[in-house]
Amino acid sequence: MNLVSLVLVNLGRNKLRTFLTLASVTVALFLFISLRGVLDTLNASIEVGSRQRLVTRNAISLVFPMPQSYGNRIAAVPGVKSVAIQNWFGGQDPRGSQYFYAQFAVDEAFFPIYRKDMEIIEASTPAVSAAVPAGADAKLAGYFAEQTGCVVGEKLMKKYGWKLGQTITLNGTIYPGNWPYTIRAVYRATNPAFGDETMFFQYKYLEQKGMAGSGQVGVYILDLTSSDRSAAIAQQVDAMFENSASSTRTESEQAFQAGFVSMYGNIPFVLNVIGLAVVFAILGIAANTMMMAMRERTTEFGVLKTLGFTDGTVFTMVLAEAAIITMGGGILGALLAKLIVTGTSTGFLPPLTIYWSSVLLGIGIATLIGAVSGLIPAFQASRLRIVDALRRVD
Amino acid sequence: MAIPFVYNIRNVMNRPMSTLTTALGIGLTVAIFIGALALAAGFRASLVGTGRADNAIVLRKGADSEISSGISRDNTNIIAALQEIATGPDGKPMVTSDLVVVTNRERMGQTGSSNVTVRGVDAAASAIRGNVEITEGRMFTPGTDEVIIGRRIAGRFKNCGVGEKIRFQQRDFTVVGHFRAGGSAFESEIWGDVEILMPALDRDNTYQTVVFRMRDPSQFAAIKSRLESDPRLQVQVEVESRFFAKQSEMFTGLITGIGLFITIIMAVGALFGAANTMFAAIGSRTREIATLLVLGFSPGAIMLSFIFESILISAVGGVLGILMALPVNGITSSTTNFSSFSELAFQFQVTPAAMLAGMGFAVGLGLLGGFFPALRASRQTLSTALRGG
Repeated sequence: MNLVSLVLVNLGRNKLRTFLTLASVTVALFLFISLRGVLDTLNASIEVGSRQRLVTRNAISLVFPMPQSYGNRIAAVPGVKSVAIQNWFGGQDPRGSQYFYAQFAVDEAFFPIYRKDMEIIEASTPAVSAAVPAGADAKLAGYFAEQTGCVVGEKLMKKYGWKLGQTITLNGTIYPGNWPYTIRAVYRATNPAFGDETMFFQYKYLEQKGMAGSGQVGVYILDLTSSDRSAAIAQQVDAMFENSASSTRTESEQAFQAGFVSMYGNIPFVLNVIGLAVVFAILGIAANTMMMAMRERTTEFGVLKTLGFTDGTVFTMVLAEAAIITMGGGILGALLAKLIVTGTSTGFLPPLTIYWSSVLLGIGIATLIGAVSGLIPAFQASRLRIVDALRRVD
Repeated sequence: MAIPFVYNIRNVMNRPMSTLTTALGIGLTVAIFIGALALAAGFRASLVGTGRADNAIVLRKGADSEISSGISRDNTNIIAALQEIATGPDGKPMVTSDLVVVTNRERMGQTGSSNVTVRGVDAAASAIRGNVEITEGRMFTPGTDEVIIGRRIAGRFKNCGVGEKIRFQQRDFTVVGHFRAGGSAFESEIWGDVEILMPALDRDNTYQTVVFRMRDPSQFAAIKSRLESDPRLQVQVEVESRFFAKQSEMFTGLITGIGLFITIIMAVGALFGAANTMFAAIGSRTREIATLLVLGFSPGAIMLSFIFESILISAVGGVLGILMALPVNGITSSTTNFSSFSELAFQFQVTPAAMLAGMGFAVGLGLLGGFFPALRASRQTLSTALRGG
């Protein structure tokens, strides 16, 4: 008990130094946890993928479409409950390229398949009562009733200050022309990895206006009755089109998403290296502080030892002091990151998530760093001979 | 009168561990700052080097990248008949039409796949694009199922070695060579004969872009308006170098943004560290400062001296940071350029400007971190200073 209060008194002795060290550790941990958040989010984006869903794309690459006729043939494969169309649009906001957001043309089967990943929080009511495809949210009636209707993510709405019922325009890059849309519903992702910043519109609109009715499809999303036979079904689908003009590649939705993460190449590695550098930087700062603190107190250690404090006690004391500062900074920094960074969006990624496990890891690392940085000063202090300590005059 | 610099240098040397750890903290910050700049510079350089200022590139109206563009064979002929196109040494107009498609390929050495650009080119391409050199094997023979692969991706994807077979759709192509192209984005591509690749990749009679050498680049505006107003074509025309530079904007913007975010936060941390060191240094020299005052040095001179000391430490940090960042220079890394939706390998470029910026950054940190401690030192009254310590 005495030892704890002694350590606390020592920490309060040079408040400025304690504060500066604490602050630098806080800042470093904030950064470390934020970087981990980016990496975790990147990995988590794989997890939108339910294993009960497969994705079929053109075997050459995503950029190549497949004929619309494939849809019915895939749907006939036993074990496939329903097949949805999803097509990247890649339109540009006329206000400029910095107003970037993802747009997909999707067919009627899309919303029923993702019903559990999102909810409609706001929607227009159609002028005349209209039917909604089986399994889709009844609130989407207004969207389905209008060819140019679109469904927009909650965050995207807020970001650009859009209102329900408003008309927005896109300039097509892949599908030339000027494309007006009316916002007919707003969704919120219930699965964070689904993302709140996407715009969905009707595939029919794209097909009629952009493809001259030729019916090309970017990807098919296959909802299976169970995940047991997914690998076999994927093989069966690909075998069906193997010798057609557009051969396909079918994989689980998870593997499909993992492909996007793989596209980042070495960037996650670079972030890891930076995280490591940050940890080393804190180590240096903390070690320096402890060494300075110990140097000033050499005489004091002599006195403590004269009073009967053992070498071991002095060692523990110094180590504890270092660990407390860095742990305090760790807790502050990690919590700040959790509070501030969570939910930030970074363009391609879903909103950043910071796990409690990362926060704990951060605090653990910070404490460990403190202990390591205190090792040398603590060792020196414990090895100090009383005579030498007291003889030294500053 | 100013306090001699030797005073500071000796002081700093007197506490080597403390100086070194503080300098290291600053050094790591500087290293990451330079690293981010080097990444952005390398990425940008590979795209900027892809285009030439005297080439014009024609894309379909509204297309923001090569892959979203499309120009029919008939229209490429209309464009090729343009009078403003320069004539090559062989007497033919210097114009080439490319097929540009993105193919998904398995990575080598790690799991997963990524997109690689396949470019179908004609015989004129090398001369117009310039600086395409075979580094291994030989050039592909026109009219055959042969391809050459950019040296920067050759080691990153499966089946890319010379002599290996690479499959597109139903057809196998033989890799006959690796090539270099002045560090440009072409080095991340697979090249083959456009007339063979087009049917193999289901692109009947549609090219993505037309590139031609301008007889007189200063006439670009006139050429542009001429082609863009032709109702048959529905195209947009850009200077090739500017077009490719624009393809790098999104990514370099992102990296610079992330780099800046990381650096600023680290800088704040390093700043606290530097201030800490200076406060401690000054705290242990209270009597010394008093002595200086007694000797007749003004508080201003003392303040200046301590700021200099702080800058000295951070300059050491700056040098350390540059030394730490230097090995990054030339390392090849890769990521997807989302503007072209395919892998782009690039080399980190630690430019002199980046090093200078890093050094300036370090000195700035020293100045800021040393200011308040120095102020405190200069404000000490003689009596308290002599009594303390």
